[in-house]
Amino acid sequence: MTDTVAETAPEDLVSGRGGGGPAATRTVVAYGFWIFLLSDIIMFSALFAAFAVASNRTAGGPGGEQLFHLRNVFIETMCLLLSSYTCGLGTLSAERQHRERFLAFYALTALLGAAFLFIEISEFADMVGRGDGPSRSAFLSAFFTLVGTHGAHVTAGLAWLLYMVAQVWVKGLRPRELRRLLCFSLFWHALDIVWVGVFTMVYLIGGR
Amino acid sequence: MKDRLQEFPGPSRRSAADKPPSRGHSGFPRWLVIAAALLVASCRQAGIMDPQGPVGAAEWLLMINATEIMLVVVVPVILMTLWFAWWYRSSNARANHTPDWSYQGSMEFVVWSIPALVVILLGGVTWISAHQLDPKAPLDAQVKPLRVDVVSLDWKWLFIYPEQRVAAVNELVVPAGTPVAFRLTSATVMDSFFVPQLGSQIYTMPGMTTHLNLMADNPGDYPGLSSQFSGDGFSDMRFMVKAVSAADFDGWIAQVRNSGSALDDRGYADLAKPSSNVPPATYRSVDMKLFDRIVDQTELDAKAGAGD
Amino acid sequence: MFGRLTWDAIPFNEPIPLVTSAVLIIVIVGVLGIITKNGWWPYLWREWITSVDHKRIGGMYVLLGLIMLLRGFSDAIMMRSQQAIAVGDNAGYLPPDHYDQIFSAHGTIMIFFVAMPLVVGLMNFVVPLQLGVRDVAVPVLNSVSFWLTASGALLINASLMIGNFSRAGWMGYPPLSELAFSPDVGVDYYLWSLQISGLGTLLAGINMVTTILKLRAPGMIYFRMPVFCWTALAANMLIIAAFPILTATFVMLLLDRYVGMHFFTNTGGGNAMMYVNLFWAWGHPEVYILILPAFGVFSEVIATFSGKPLFGYRSMVLATLAICVLSFMVWLHHFFTMGAGADVNAFFGIMSMIIAVPTGVKVFNWLFTLFRGTVRFETPVLWSIGFMITFVIGGMTGVLLAVPPVDFVVHNSEFLVAHFHNVIIGGVVFGAMAGYNYWFPKAFGFTLDERLGKASFWCWLVGFYLAFMPLYVLGLMGMPRRLEHIADPSWQPLLLVAELGAIVIMAGIFLQIAQLYVSIRTREQRRDLTGDPWNGRTLEWATSSPPPPYNFAVMPQVTTIDAFWEMKQSGRTAAAPDYEPIEVPRNSATGFLTAFFAVITGFSAIWHIWWLVIIGLLAAAVTAMAFGWTDDREAEISAAELARMERARPSVGLSP
Repeated sequence: MTDTVAETAPEDLVSGRGGGGPAATRTVVAYGFWIFLLSDIIMFSALFAAFAVASNRTAGGPGGEQLFHLRNVFIETMCLLLSSYTCGLGTLSAERQHRERFLAFYALTALLGAAFLFIEISEFADMVGRGDGPSRSAFLSAFFTLVGTHGAHVTAGLAWLLYMVAQVWVKGLRPRELRRLLCFSLFWHALDIVWVGVFTMVYLIGGR
Repeated sequence: MKDRLQEFPGPSRRSAADKPPSRGHSGFPRWLVIAAALLVASCRQAGIMDPQGPVGAAEWLLMINATEIMLVVVVPVILMTLWFAWWYRSSNARANHTPDWSYQGSMEFVVWSIPALVVILLGGVTWISAHQLDPKAPLDAQVKPLRVDVVSLDWKWLFIYPEQRVAAVNELVVPAGTPVAFRLTSATVMDSFFVPQLGSQIYTMPGMTTHLNLMADNPGDYPGLSSQFSGDGFSDMRFMVKAVSAADFDGWIAQVRNSGSALDDRGYADLAKPSSNVPPATYRSVDMKLFDRIVDQTELDAKAGAGD
Repeated sequence: MFGRLTWDAIPFNEPIPLVTSAVLIIVIVGVLGIITKNGWWPYLWREWITSVDHKRIGGMYVLLGLIMLLRGFSDAIMMRSQQAIAVGDNAGYLPPDHYDQIFSAHGTIMIFFVAMPLVVGLMNFVVPLQLGVRDVAVPVLNSVSFWLTASGALLINASLMIGNFSRAGWMGYPPLSELAFSPDVGVDYYLWSLQISGLGTLLAGINMVTTILKLRAPGMIYFRMPVFCWTALAANMLIIAAFPILTATFVMLLLDRYVGMHFFTNTGGGNAMMYVNLFWAWGHPEVYILILPAFGVFSEVIATFSGKPLFGYRSMVLATLAICVLSFMVWLHHFFTMGAGADVNAFFGIMSMIIAVPTGVKVFNWLFTLFRGTVRFETPVLWSIGFMITFVIGGMTGVLLAVPPVDFVVHNSEFLVAHFHNVIIGGVVFGAMAGYNYWFPKAFGFTLDERLGKASFWCWLVGFYLAFMPLYVLGLMGMPRRLEHIADPSWQPLLLVAELGAIVIMAGIFLQIAQLYVSIRTREQRRDLTGDPWNGRTLEWATSSPPPPYNFAVMPQVTTIDAFWEMKQSGRTAAAPDYEPIEVPRNSATGFLTAFFAVITGFSAIWHIWWLVIIGLLAAAVTAMAFGWTDDREAEISAAELARMERARPSVGLSP
């Protein structure tokens, strides 16, 4: 470092104005992942917009009122919300280096996520079997795509969860694994937030 | 010709030792002058620069006015760019150099104000003109408007006269001085109905109805086209608007009613098959509900043989 | 077994694509052969293909952009030639279905595979250097992004040889792009190649924003960042906000085409207007993604070559951010003629004009940077002056188009075509060329030949005006865009002038190729030994040319804007700096492999080879998981090793 360091006013190096130099890896990774999540939410908003436009374009076919079973939606919502809770507990356990608790909570998270998917896929299969699949009308196309994209994210999340569990099992809870668990839990919670939007707009409002 | 040869030492009089005439007498390559003259000649008033109706005239005037307003800023900026770059070139010792001058509040104020003022002015113009020239807005005229329904097909235009119950393809006859109220749709893909000399264009879209109001002030032939790309036959989607006197229009309607075939369902199905370069034709009768049925697309399959 | 892929897909009975494909294959095989014969594969694999160094990746982006410029320009000159001769009874040499593919490919390639890679490449190379850091936030992701973009480019070129390309324009409006009207693979090639490269672009945007906001040299507070970094920040924020919309829109069109859904179809309740809205909600920010970095280049070049700081730094930053925000509020001006009604049209028209205010502020600030400066006329400055004049004309016609009733008579005409080429060529291309000439010595250690650089500039400038000014007039005369043949012979003289302009631009391109070739051959005469050939102001010039892989052995302490200029003025030099060990990321084949599998997935999706799609996706997932499993991803350079490397470099004017 050169002499000039001493001449630099200390205030300038305070990170409040962004002058503290490069941030730590954990900050950089989490920040970048947040931005990715925001971009994903924008993608979802385009799908929400399409759903809004298509919500009454049923081409003579059934609309939400005829198709949705709100009781199932409630159950799957509870599964997902609960899985977010267990995910949070699992991540906290990991931060505190409690390996077994982490594994237990993440196993629960996986089960609850799988339950959510099971109910959703059953709903889809049921509708398709009755001829009310996505190619029936614009409304159904938008429904299947919006809800299905969310479901695809949950599926990818489950795959990622299993991968993380395997990594932790083999490598332990090092800073790298903890960073990734932080990202995973952000992802999982974000899916919850999107789901709140989905069940409000699609099932509650769209189901009238 | 001979006089001019005596005036100037033409090429035939030069000796081989002379500098070869690399350029014309005036110092300008002759071919360049001819080319420029041809170009200028080809830039004749045509299209939207030659409006033949109140909508087109208003829009052309608007364009000229807006351009003039902006040139007041753009021309000085271009000149200043050239001047500053040249005058402050590093080899110019006479220029005043102030290598540390990078901010001045008053300049800042001016620099934001000039574009802002131009935009405020043009913004006002925009608001007013967008409302006055809204395609849906009926035109001011003493005469009751003529209604025409327009359907864009692959790759021709169908014009239905719902009140006269006749139809025409690729030729739109209208009475001059009478506003025309269009309803438009497409039977296939997006197109755009456009008669440059009459003014505004509007998209035609399947399953939807758009509205347009135009008028031809004087009798004449005004070319029309589609300006939204619609496939292989797009370049041939041309039609002609023929504005005629009111009497001639009535005569044309009467003549159409007595010739040609009827545009029944079968006739329409034939017409809807993809074709291009379709010569103008007329139909002696047409179902008044044809346009609405095309919009609804419940009964007619506009694309021959293709489901989706 | 092979889906709908058959031998018929190869254009044996279409001479133009057949010959072009043959030439392309010969060139590619030739290049690969030369590389193999000279034993360059290990070097290329180690130093470029698996590199995660932002400087290398930036260089590859620019190379991709320049190569695709040749393809996009060939399309352009074919179109111009067709329009120049196919008048009246003359049918020209391109039947409609070829012509329609050519103009669709031209737009798609120029926007996604020329302009985007050029600006992303420049930002990639320059931003970490200007920020005084060693690389972007996640270097491996940077490599993935580049290779995904290259995959998209590969797919689109494959459409020339196997199958055909879309005939629905670069925007792909339904219903024309739906199965009913485009049943063949063309639109699928368009959609898949753009989805794959779009993913790459989005990841690059996330990487760059994280870098600019979280990785800067100590002391570099926001208002000490170079203006190019501000414009890069704004452009990448736009990427993050806009590209997901395009992804979603293309997903919907793909679902319509593959699964029979009804988002935009004519039947089943589909709504084509929604596509138009969604597409342009992406499309308008996209053009600002392209132009903002170009504005940044001009700010850097004009300040450096005037020997003055950029005038009005803060208002430049404010203007940049204003443009960033406003760019999301104007999208409807791309379809005033869709019939939205006067209130809506007027609102979007006025918003579009408001964007002209910060742009105008930038032009004035550049003018005042030149004012009382000491202007040197190297090639980058010529491009900048050419830009300032050309762009204000294009901006003026843009404001004209923003007045809805004016747009009603020139929408989709050659006037519109002239306008957007005016701003994209005059703005983005000129900016890319200025940046290319300006930063080339930093990247490769020697400057480009000046004479050929200036000659190519003049050809581009004159060629541009000859090619596009007639189009403004033709638009006013009533000529729409995308015509395969011309009925009105009075349009032909202007079309011939436009063709001449295209030929002059072609000369400009040849001169640029010559410039590169000659510059490499005679590079020893123009070596940059100081790292600062232009008397620059920002930190990238504080390194050697080319910089070492780690950029800065010791991160600079920043105390002002124009950090390097301040260091030169105050005469700061390092006695022996205290080196500390640093970590540099190792190379990774992840990017290249991901791209390889992306190409397989995309190609097999296009041709409905479902089993291969699954394999491609699984393989990509396995690649990602394998990468995630590896631990040893960084190499350490000890302090002693660092000292040795620093001493071995050609001496640099200054080290911080």
